[in-house]
Amino acid sequence: MTPKLTLGPVLFNWTPETWRDFYFRIADEAAVDTVCIGETVCSKRTPFFEPFIAEVVERLAAADKEVVLSSLTLLMTEGELAQARDLSQTDGWLIEANDVSVAALLAGKPFAVGPMVNVYNEGTLAYLESLGAVRVCLPAELSAQTVGVLADAAHAEIEVQAFGRVPLAISSRCYAAHAHKLAKDGCQYVCANDPDGMSVDTLDDVLFLAVNGTQTMSGHYMNLLRDVQALAAAGVRRFRLWPQKTDMAAVADLFRRTLDGALDPDEGEAKLSGLCPGVEFANGYVHGKEGFRMIDPLEMQDGG
Amino acid sequence: MNEQINPVRPELVCPAGTPAALKDAVSAGADCVYVGFRDETNARNFPGLNFSRKELASGIAHAHQHGAKVLVAINTFPRAGQPKLWHQAVDDAVSLGADAVILADIGLLDYAARTHPQARLHLSVQASASNPASIRFYAEKFGVRRVVLPRVLTVPEIAALNKQIPGIETEVFVFGGLCVMAEGRCSLSSYATGRSPNVNGVCSPASHVRYVESGGHITSELGGFTINRYAATESAGYPTLCKGRFVAGGKPTYLFEEPTSLNTMAMLPDIIRAGVTAFKIEGRQRGRAYVAAVVQAFRANIDAVLAGQPVLDMTLDGITEGGRETTGAYERTWR
Repeated sequence: MTPKLTLGPVLFNWTPETWRDFYFRIADEAAVDTVCIGETVCSKRTPFFEPFIAEVVERLAAADKEVVLSSLTLLMTEGELAQARDLSQTDGWLIEANDVSVAALLAGKPFAVGPMVNVYNEGTLAYLESLGAVRVCLPAELSAQTVGVLADAAHAEIEVQAFGRVPLAISSRCYAAHAHKLAKDGCQYVCANDPDGMSVDTLDDVLFLAVNGTQTMSGHYMNLLRDVQALAAAGVRRFRLWPQKTDMAAVADLFRRTLDGALDPDEGEAKLSGLCPGVEFANGYVHGKEGFRMIDPLEMQDGG
Repeated sequence: MNEQINPVRPELVCPAGTPAALKDAVSAGADCVYVGFRDETNARNFPGLNFSRKELASGIAHAHQHGAKVLVAINTFPRAGQPKLWHQAVDDAVSLGADAVILADIGLLDYAARTHPQARLHLSVQASASNPASIRFYAEKFGVRRVVLPRVLTVPEIAALNKQIPGIETEVFVFGGLCVMAEGRCSLSSYATGRSPNVNGVCSPASHVRYVESGGHITSELGGFTINRYAATESAGYPTLCKGRFVAGGKPTYLFEEPTSLNTMAMLPDIIRAGVTAFKIEGRQRGRAYVAAVVQAFRANIDAVLAGQPVLDMTLDGITEGGRETTGAYERTWR
């Protein structure tokens, strides 16, 4: 079975119009099968783009994209839980749980599991499947070997993060606000200043991490373009592309054609670099190494 | 604070990285001691630390003789394809008479609940259960009796949470090393070193630390990344990743957190009033002197507060990280 492409939810605080127009273009031009939408990082951002959700969903559905509604990652307040409860009762769309609480609310009907829910082994995978999980996007730090074991054991579709800055941590503290000497309560939405995340470099100006409000991400963009065929052979059914401020339709096209065998991965990699000037890529995690490293592609294996 | 504030005396849950530290903690007034096995099944998998099966058996015997309990942390996430090490850890902790096992992984909780229905299960902070819906899930599905809360909630939020989960105990950290990220949901360490708390039970591991001296300063590195830099006359701190100095927005800054430790001593009356069942001290990797001093100070103060007396001014300056303290997420302004 040819693997599918999932566009993860926009993680950054884009202006509502930018957010809407981004999804319109995805609907019209991107070779992705599934599009996740929803605020996963900070509940303070939701009101801004909420008025546009209906038209974005409509446009995506009209373009035959499967729409998935993604939940928040860290839920602490009554309001955040109420929002999750509403989400879990939304009929007609698959919901992606990014916290165990949301999976609990969705239990009994089919749902998706996001990458910030800890699925590290077949025991947890089987338990979530018993609750109704039909799709699981795995945590970033798993090696291809672990991914293969899980793919072998899975009834749910296994998804792996393949492009973009990957979420590495979530906090109740807002680091965008902290960097601007502001408190989260009076944050002035400074996270919007960094539509690709705020780069966090070492004191020697070496690229390291990135901050997106309360979320800490990889400084490098995950890039598994040269690894996706091996991962597909190991049973991975979906690859997730994280929206960045680049031509995501073109990024999706490179992944689609590589998976279809219509594009040489090395050639695709060169084109991907061209789409992301100044960006450093990483694929260390799937090779069982430090996440930031870029390693030669995986050997093709059968079955994992 | 001269009112009777809680009918239940909160338990003081203390760390022990070695059998000697367990005895010290018990003598200093610990109600419970938490420990781990000497392997990657626990989140303090450091060289020279933790318990063999035999040591656990004698530790439990010693604690029980003195009226204290022993909790065994098996709180990493089992490796796919190799669940046996973790299952065996649960089996052994239960059969050796541990008073509870502290687990984080859903699959392992499911195993423990099915295999040892009589065992007392606590939810590790690594499960990051930050709201009533999560907590009820773990209680209803696996019979979890107590939840160690992630360090993301304020004291008023903890009080409100406790009212919504009747019958389920909560435990909060009151002192020690402070995670600034939601626990169990952080891969920063593996990003830089390939080794993570969730998988390997280590964060910012010593095996990947280097101190480089040049040009009149000392640079602390983790996995080859500069975490901080000091004048050669300063003492260089340990390069815990989230307590480092980084350049963000063009400025060098302690972006995530300064090198600091959690100390809630001054807030004890409020935390007791929030209805928390147990107070946890971090630091299984710390020495016996730390364990004894911190446990004694908290024991004296909890008892004072319960007796309607003010918090005693007991200095713990010598043992906090970099000598600096914070109340962390317990106060809203930290966010």
